Amino acid sequence: MPSSKVLITVNGAERELEVAPNLTLLDFLRDDLRLTGTKECCDLGECGACTVLVDGRSVNSCLMLAVEASASEVITIEGLADDGRPTALQDAFVAKGAVQCGFCIPGQVMAAQYLLQRNPHPTPAEIREGLSGNLCRCGGYVQICEAVLAASETGP
Amino acid sequence: MSKNANDEIGTSQPRRGGLPRVTGRQQFVADISLEHMLHVKLVHVDCGHARIVSIDTTRAATMCGVTCVLTAADLPQPVPRFGPAHDDRPILAIGETKYHGQAVAAVAAESKEAAEAAAELVRVEYEELPGVFTVASALDPASPLVQEPELRPGDPLKHTNVLREMKFGWGDVDEAKADLVVENVYSFPMVTHFAIEPHAFIAAPEDGGVAVWTATQNPFQMQRIIARVLGLPLAKVRVRAPDPGGAFGGKQHPKYEPLVAFLALRTGRPVRLLLTLEETFQEVRRTSCEIRARTGFLADGTISFQDIQSDFLMGAYADIAERVIAKSNYLACGPYRVPNARIAVRALFSHTTPSTAFRGFGTPQVSWAHESQIDDAARRLGIDRVEIRLRNLARKGEAFVPGDTPADGDWAESVRKAALAIGWGKPLAAGRGRGLAVAIKASATTGASYSIVRLHWDGSATVLAGTSDMGQGARTVLAQVAAQELGIPFDWISVVMGDTATVPFDLQTSASRSTVFMGQAVARACHEINAQLEQMAAELGLDATVSVAELLHARFSEVRGEVIGVGSYRSEQQADHPLGGSPSFYEFSCTASEVEADEGTGEVLLVRHVTVADVGKALNPQHVEMQDEGAAVMGLGHTLMEHILLDDSGRIRNLGALDYRIPTTKDLPLEMHSIVVENADGPGPYGSKGAGEGGLMATAPAVASAVTEATGVVIRDLPLTPERVWRAIQESVK
Repeated sequence: MPSSKVLITVNGAERELEVAPNLTLLDFLRDDLRLTGTKECCDLGECGACTVLVDGRSVNSCLMLAVEASASEVITIEGLADDGRPTALQDAFVAKGAVQCGFCIPGQVMAAQYLLQRNPHPTPAEIREGLSGNLCRCGGYVQICEAVLAASETGP
Repeated sequence: MSKNANDEIGTSQPRRGGLPRVTGRQQFVADISLEHMLHVKLVHVDCGHARIVSIDTTRAATMCGVTCVLTAADLPQPVPRFGPAHDDRPILAIGETKYHGQAVAAVAAESKEAAEAAAELVRVEYEELPGVFTVASALDPASPLVQEPELRPGDPLKHTNVLREMKFGWGDVDEAKADLVVENVYSFPMVTHFAIEPHAFIAAPEDGGVAVWTATQNPFQMQRIIARVLGLPLAKVRVRAPDPGGAFGGKQHPKYEPLVAFLALRTGRPVRLLLTLEETFQEVRRTSCEIRARTGFLADGTISFQDIQSDFLMGAYADIAERVIAKSNYLACGPYRVPNARIAVRALFSHTTPSTAFRGFGTPQVSWAHESQIDDAARRLGIDRVEIRLRNLARKGEAFVPGDTPADGDWAESVRKAALAIGWGKPLAAGRGRGLAVAIKASATTGASYSIVRLHWDGSATVLAGTSDMGQGARTVLAQVAAQELGIPFDWISVVMGDTATVPFDLQTSASRSTVFMGQAVARACHEINAQLEQMAAELGLDATVSVAELLHARFSEVRGEVIGVGSYRSEQQADHPLGGSPSFYEFSCTASEVEADEGTGEVLLVRHVTVADVGKALNPQHVEMQDEGAAVMGLGHTLMEHILLDDSGRIRNLGALDYRIPTTKDLPLEMHSIVVENADGPGPYGSKGAGEGGLMATAPAVASAVTEATGVVIRDLPLTPERVWRAIQESVK
């Protein structure tokens, strides 16, 4: 298969790579860039574990090709913390007990980040709606929603 | 010697490992990449039961980038078999496949893409055979045998699909008097664990043996089984167990670890196998069952007998299902005073995914029956559903299973708390109903946990513990125990887990046992350190005011050193006990729910949901709440929406996240409350008991009872999907 060149800005750094045209953004991040904070679960766009921001919008990276993200700016879970300092949102997840096994958590945090960008002061119902595409089998939804609410009150 | 007066116990210290999990730095198995690592892909056939006619690997093996294609014929003969209780599962299918998804071959290649492409090129000629997919067909003498009789030498049942018939009971059911006898059949479907982390395995040659990375709850059993299969001593098998991304029992026993270990030794290179979510579904599920319950009551609601016959469909291999069935059915009468009991249960093979441990370990299934029976009687006798439970609940200290561990909690207190929190007895809005149910699980019977605690020269400490931290927060709680016992700050303690070469033996992380068993082992290791410190202080003539750090400096000077404590906690086998040992404690749970049912659509809305957990002592209240509410949400899944559907060929029709739905934020009850009962009456440190499974054990009967009150219909088959509820309502108005 011929390879294609992609030029993507990931977490502020420009990355230029030759990739297969059928490579998903998820595999590109995890395998080519070794950014393994973005998780793979259903590969169907149903679980939200692979959520990243592409040009500011929340995307299931398993459903986007790397070539489609070319010339875009991608933010992954690794790119949220500023100088290694967790954001208020990330701190709230820990403080509120939203983190159990943690496998879904990067996706939850990214979905919440997107929600708060669009709607800095969501109602509890809006938080439930905004995170409804992110599965958590530990069932920590109550605490996850509380964390997002708390972060919305303190600001980023 | 003076120590900090810590008040760690009962403090909600934040989750250890929380920060790496919210920043993406936590490494799960699939995040680990070793140099020169090969990628493995499995080959399956597309039906539940098939005879393998031939496997042609030529094209796959000669493909560019392919290192190795393995079938059963390439393994040592006879092909090694393994399992936690019965050595019945082969490393790869031999001659026939016994469930949809069982691997017949494995391809190892230089890249994921090459492995996937080559797996497509493995040509498997097979003949589909009639399969056993239901309880009825498992019991039909005309059905094929799932397991070869030669695997069951000396077993009188080897020519049937029954692995075991178990009987428990006391008193005399036939002589028991009853004013009302309620008889019903209940079914509980196959449901899958759906940990968000699909199963992932890595193996590599190491130090003349093999190292295996797997997200297991049970690294020491894994080590033992891999060692036996490969013919290696334990010391040459190193199991590294990175924290699982959700396990719930599904990561307790070996699946493809022996296969990757073989591939690593065969190729001399690291190999990695990542199952897809669909493949994960095909490997683990909860035991489905049909329970026929006949229950006798006196007019005042007192239970006079329980007569229970049930059939549990285990799947293609025994895995740990026989134990699941035995432990749960041993308590099939629930936490009640039942003077006469007769429990007969069969563990059946079928051509379906092997069922395994799953949060609650059979308890959600048996409570579905015993609680629904009590409700049925309450309705017929005109007795309040809470009142009838309070009348029959075993009192603390009462041997409700004659001769066994007596009731170890004030269970009525839990029921009263749940009833109060749900507003029991208050007027209900139209279309609404309330339900309340209880459940009880026998905790670990036998078992052993060891811990080593190293008090370092500067007064900080490292705890070595073989527990797996799979979301329950064991690291946090064990650090709290050590901080409390050593009198040093929580932040000065590290907890190391998940490596059989480093940490001492632990039986497993299951049965909500770790706080009790490992908690005690850590506490005892700390006590051993404290005894050494006291002796040191006495020998050096230092008085009681010296700090730990000063004492260690005085003792070790610039040569330095450390104080090591070893602790263990064991519960030995009892040969004459039906379960091999008495439960260390009971996990008791009460759930109360208020629902609103939409008669037009059959949809059930959870208005309010309450769980009460009798935990003895909540060492970390936040962690208890996370676990209990999380379990409740999981319980709503098997109650309202989850069930694996099979087609006529035994294929899973709803394979994957699109068609198999689990609860999301939009399925949450509008209000959730988790309440703990703390009477410090457990065998764990500070009177604690295990927690974390209870929240789902009584969900189904509580919600179903509420649906009945809201709609007037009684449903005895799970899940309570809108379609099922709607149909029941339609039937009732006919």
